[in-house]
Amino acid sequence: MLAVRPVPLAQGVPMTQALVDGCVLSANYALIALGITLIFSIMNLLNFAHGQMLMIGGFMVYYVYGVFHLPFALGLLAAALVLGLIGAGFERFLFRRVLRVATREENSMLLAVGTALLLENVALFLFGEKQRGVPETVSGVVQFAGAFLPYQRLEVFLVALVLILGLLYFVQYTRPGRAMRALAQDRDAARLMGVNVDRTAMMGFAIGAGLAGLAGGLLVTVQGVNAGIGTDISIKAFIMIMIGGAGVVGGAILGAVVLGFAESIGYAYLPGSLTYLLIFLALILFLVIRPRGIMGHPWG
Amino acid sequence: MTIETKLTRRTLLAGAGGLAAGGLAVGGLARPAIAATKTFTIGVCGVMSGAAASWGLTNKYCSLATAAMWNAKGGFEIGGQKYHIEVAAVDDQNDPKLSVAGIQRLTQQDGLHYIIGPNVDTTAVADVPDLNKAGAMNIPYAFSKWLYTKPRENSILGMIASYQAGPIIYSYLMKAKGVKSVAFLAANASDPLAQMKEGVAAARKLGLKITSSSETYEPSTTDFFPVMAKIVHGKPDLIVLSGVAPAAAPQLLRAARQLGFKGLLSTETAQDIKILVQGAGKDAEGFISVGGASTPAIRSAYMDDFVKEYAKVAGAWNDEAGTKVYALEMVLRTLAVAGPKAITDVKPFQTAMAGFSIPNPFLKARSPLKYVGTAYFGQKRQIGVPLVVNEVKGGKFETLFVGSVS
Repeated sequence: MLAVRPVPLAQGVPMTQALVDGCVLSANYALIALGITLIFSIMNLLNFAHGQMLMIGGFMVYYVYGVFHLPFALGLLAAALVLGLIGAGFERFLFRRVLRVATREENSMLLAVGTALLLENVALFLFGEKQRGVPETVSGVVQFAGAFLPYQRLEVFLVALVLILGLLYFVQYTRPGRAMRALAQDRDAARLMGVNVDRTAMMGFAIGAGLAGLAGGLLVTVQGVNAGIGTDISIKAFIMIMIGGAGVVGGAILGAVVLGFAESIGYAYLPGSLTYLLIFLALILFLVIRPRGIMGHPWG
Repeated sequence: MTIETKLTRRTLLAGAGGLAAGGLAVGGLARPAIAATKTFTIGVCGVMSGAAASWGLTNKYCSLATAAMWNAKGGFEIGGQKYHIEVAAVDDQNDPKLSVAGIQRLTQQDGLHYIIGPNVDTTAVADVPDLNKAGAMNIPYAFSKWLYTKPRENSILGMIASYQAGPIIYSYLMKAKGVKSVAFLAANASDPLAQMKEGVAAARKLGLKITSSSETYEPSTTDFFPVMAKIVHGKPDLIVLSGVAPAAAPQLLRAARQLGFKGLLSTETAQDIKILVQGAGKDAEGFISVGGASTPAIRSAYMDDFVKEYAKVAGAWNDEAGTKVYALEMVLRTLAVAGPKAITDVKPFQTAMAGFSIPNPFLKARSPLKYVGTAYFGQKRQIGVPLVVNEVKGGKFETLFVGSVS
């Protein structure tokens, strides 16, 4: 029998590769987590359909850019608009009433799960079961300090960064953004101060859903899309906001950075199956010590 | 004129009456045709939603396409009687509890005795007690040898298992491409892990140097760069993507090539060329996978018709279906040999399996299609699907070779 030499840990993966991968993953994850945390902060609602919304955004770009060969930017815009409208519709016709009349939190949670199943099945019906992908918007790979970085991933990283900074500016410095923060801090006080609570909540839901659409549209260039990816993405988004602190924009970004680097460094230097085992173990221990996450307090 | 003035009570009543009369007339006309043809219903139980939906949906669409083809000819003849073929499908979501509930529904409520699926070991193993209790047979797409070895007799492996395809592919690549070292990568889930373990054992037996034998990624992984970086840095001649789902294969291929990997990539699972080319572009070139009767070079006119029917049912052809086209066809043709009693009693079906052999209707070569598996399971509990090994060339699948597990 052939003696097989055990594979040494690290296997020569340069640290620069792990760091570059960590940066790209963190930006991708932050874009995913921001939408879900925005909705949670404004409506105190965990949007279980976030992954499914991201999936539909991916399909929008697939059709606009991949099938009809229109500009990629137009696909992103379509994804953001369609998902924004779906989000606004969900808030106006489903969640607003349930949140108003329900006496238990489970009702809105069950409704959120229902919307996730609805979107997934509609997508399966409309788009089929197949994995879809689009051509790269930019091809080639740059190599530096032993690390490989495809231009496509660099583009996704940069666009995600711009979108994250844009959202932070919006919630921090614009009037609607301030209204959303006020709503997150105290709904009644915000109403007394003249904030149109219904309109602001609808806008928040629409922006959160639109962000999911943008994230899905952006990531379809590197990950592809299929009707079944939603639940796994929602679970990752929940992990990130649990780490960072639910309902805190900065917390979502921090959670994304922690998960992104844990994943990239773990996969580079640990046996593959240990990476997520350790991530979940660390998450459980962390939540026992600090159940509200790293930045677990509302905005402001 | 408004709609309200058009829709008077009289017109509504007249319309309803007309519809009822029309319905009765159509029913009356249709009845003699239905009475002349009995119905045979095949069950399909598998994963039809979530990330692995394509596995179960391909089973369902294959069954629907086969049924439509036979129904268009007036039904399938068993013992001198034409049977209209119907399909009852259940989505088990790859969850053993739902799979058991699905099997119970199909066998106890619908009274079915032949079921295609499920798709993975965990669900297939969970279904065994209920299948035995109901005296039903199934055709799982799960590789666990336990399912097909005595005292179990009611499950038939529907395709080529990874432990059958792996050694043949590695051996071919060693001779034809000079492969000396191999790395394995699998999703951290029961079936891919089992396939990786079996692949590693086969590679060791063949004397290949193994640079990675235990690297895994989570099934929810969307970015494969980090895990692939580690594999590529081991500098293997061949990377085997054990049990890779069609949804993950394009990204893994792209990640490997973008990381500068120049060697070969292969898998023992069936893939779809459109998915590979759409997701990985030119990075899919050279990828070796197991196919069915799907490449135009080897398929028969009957298979061409099936491809068209499948596209009608599912919206588009999927190369994965090339390995799954056999299930319902084999059930029907074995029933034709076993006789009508076998529709509700699987014993005559099992007896007929032993000597069953027909020219493969899906391949030009018309090689014998029979039940095999004695060497692996001690009994004939596998459909003798030919081992078709494909390579992506010029954005299309090209058949490298056709082998047999028997």
